[in-house]
Amino acid sequence: MRKSEERRAAELALVMLLGLFGVALGWALFSLASFTASLRATVAGHLPGTGLANPVTAVLLDFRAYDTLLEMAVLWLAVLGVRGLGAVPPGHAASPGAVLDLLPRLLVPVLVVVAGYLLWVGSMAPGGAFQAGSVLGAAGVLLLLAGSGLPHGWRGRRARLAMVAGLIVFIGTAWGTLLANGRMLAYPSGWTKALILFIETVATLSIGFILMALFLGGRPPGEEE
Amino acid sequence: MSGGVLFALAGIGLFVLGLHALILRTHPLRKVLGLNIMGSGAFLLLVAPAGMPPDPVPQAMVITGIVVAVSATALALVLTVRLRETDGER
Amino acid sequence: MVSWSLPWEAVPVLLPLTGAVLTFLWPRQAAAVGLAVAAGIGISLAALVPEMTVGEGWRHPVGGWTAPLGIELHLDALALIMLIMTALVGLGVSLHARVWFHGRQAARFWPLWLSLWAALDALFLAADLFNLYVTMELIGLSAVAMVALAGGRGALEGALRYLLVSLAGSLFYLLGVALLFHGFGTLDLALLAQRADFTPPVMIALGVMAGGLLLKTALFPLHFWLPDAHASAPAPVSAVLSALVVKASFYVLLRLWLALVPAGVAPGPGLLLGGLGVAAVFWGGFQALRQSRLKPMVAYSTVAQVGYLFLAFPIATAAGWRAAILLLLAHALAKAAMFLAAGNLLRHAGHDRIAGLDRIPQRLPLTITAFALAGVSLMGLPPSGGFVGKWMLMEAAMAAGQWWWALVPLLGGLLTAAYVFRVIGHAFTPAPPGPVARSIDSRLEWAALSLAVLAVLSGMLAFWPLGWLEGWP
Repeated sequence: MRKSEERRAAELALVMLLGLFGVALGWALFSLASFTASLRATVAGHLPGTGLANPVTAVLLDFRAYDTLLEMAVLWLAVLGVRGLGAVPPGHAASPGAVLDLLPRLLVPVLVVVAGYLLWVGSMAPGGAFQAGSVLGAAGVLLLLAGSGLPHGWRGRRARLAMVAGLIVFIGTAWGTLLANGRMLAYPSGWTKALILFIETVATLSIGFILMALFLGGRPPGEEE
Repeated sequence: MSGGVLFALAGIGLFVLGLHALILRTHPLRKVLGLNIMGSGAFLLLVAPAGMPPDPVPQAMVITGIVVAVSATALALVLTVRLRETDGER
Repeated sequence: MVSWSLPWEAVPVLLPLTGAVLTFLWPRQAAAVGLAVAAGIGISLAALVPEMTVGEGWRHPVGGWTAPLGIELHLDALALIMLIMTALVGLGVSLHARVWFHGRQAARFWPLWLSLWAALDALFLAADLFNLYVTMELIGLSAVAMVALAGGRGALEGALRYLLVSLAGSLFYLLGVALLFHGFGTLDLALLAQRADFTPPVMIALGVMAGGLLLKTALFPLHFWLPDAHASAPAPVSAVLSALVVKASFYVLLRLWLALVPAGVAPGPGLLLGGLGVAAVFWGGFQALRQSRLKPMVAYSTVAQVGYLFLAFPIATAAGWRAAILLLLAHALAKAAMFLAAGNLLRHAGHDRIAGLDRIPQRLPLTITAFALAGVSLMGLPPSGGFVGKWMLMEAAMAAGQWWWALVPLLGGLLTAAYVFRVIGHAFTPAPPGPVARSIDSRLEWAALSLAVLAVLSGMLAFWPLGWLEGWP
């Protein structure tokens, strides 16, 4: 299909505008950025007090835990939106085929173990709730692709609880710390690592379940809102 | 050219490319893909300039950003699917 | 530091979020939980008001970590005014929504609405650039999900476009955050204000962020997504979107501007924003006049009214900013009332064709009164908040020596009067009988009317919160 002259001219103008934009951004970046450490030292200085060895986890779940709380809410909201858009049509009746039949049986247990490891190692090395939750979510997606559907026990109220558990734990911690010492999400000293691990564990399960529900793309069949 | 500079420039490039797709492509799926590429560009721009050893605050920001992007993409995709299902209505 | 009193500033964020989770798990009691949340927020605001004296307000370092390591909440007079505005509109909308939605739709509405409320409050309290990004995403997702609640092709299209626009805007904003963070090593607005000077690279960063925020605020010509999204949403949702959600990104832009742009430097950007505002006022008003259906008309009215807010940027004086805040507040109340009233009319008649409005004053007297009173504030008639705000804006323009901006509220008010009176005129005349009209619950009418009355009274009541802004910024 031949594009009209005007459209081609407009597209060209857009490309030039975008190019100019990119150049301006690059120039701004090089004028501004120091390309060296910024908050690295500050984080490193406060890290020992948290009992963690992974600075990223410390930032995510201690120094800037508020952002992580809101982010858990974002994830949950996405699932709310997806569920509200309608039910998944029932009927994954077709047989999944040899590969897809075998693969989950081999991989899902491995993925669960890997998720557990990622969660535990997050306090010392790269890892943590989101990474572990993603792996769990992948396991869930594999199950869905193989046609297993959601495990029968995980319908209705229990499914909703699973999705929202991480957020509940986080909000509960926020309320508790707010009432106890007047600062939201200020963990009592000495409790930091334990609280973080607890929050991360529940969050991992929730994240995994939410990702699976997002992939499902709607309300599970047979569930009324 | 240090690695940080290269990746930062790549980030800007990705952002502009994704923006180009977002504006010009008509199929919703391509727009969503364009947005994702823009997102990757922005994340690169957050992480890259700090170079090595990694700066924890931008890394945490990007982890948060990725989760947000996944959530929003999921919602956008389901909206697209539902919209296709109503093709022919109204 | 141990404190014995509850830091009430965190409650407007945590309480609605908790409520959202509760309504998700127990949908049957959703409306009750929602109203309890509204009451709780009201209590916390009442506790905060006596502590609000003129000045900087105070900060809440979340987690006990101060900036630049941690995230700080900042409660000053402006933030408190925004929280109060959200609470008033939120209460009115909650009372309306509790009757409007039933069954499955209600079960879906309340978690989304309460999450949006929490997100709005979190945004107004935020003082950290990345925190603002996350709250804006929270707002965007919940708003989009609510637009799609109505179902049907129009709502889905509007919702998808809104989502794409919202995400694009956030990504532009994030680009600027990256630039500023790498330039100055902090995400905290107050620290940035100290460290950053207004050099061209900073202007570029601010410009990129502003681009994203203008897209979210639907300033002309980036308003293309708004009419469909706001018109095809259910009435309580449209009310919240026009009254509160578009103001959130404006608030962020205002905070950024005040932090980074020194007074009296570079009139260019301010002039650009003011010019776009003028275009918005007239384009939006003109399009509103052309609409044949009520809800799109009210949506275009939002496009127009948003334009007034941007006149404060070229004026750039304290008086100008205060006028914009008052206009923002008055518009929130009036537009929410108008959308609720429009929704009532739609549900009553089964359609919202303006020409088809049939003898409304006999059938829905409260609703048409609400619509008319809301129109009074939008037009800028005394004693409404719209009048006082426009008056203050014109005074500020004169005082700054930029008298030409003062013409805009005057002429824009005429346009507003045109499209408001058009609706009222049709409402009084009989129309060909259409499908059987439904009677609607009077509580829906009272909710709309209460907000409209507040909008009209806001001119007089405004002097109390405006007093807090003395000496600001």
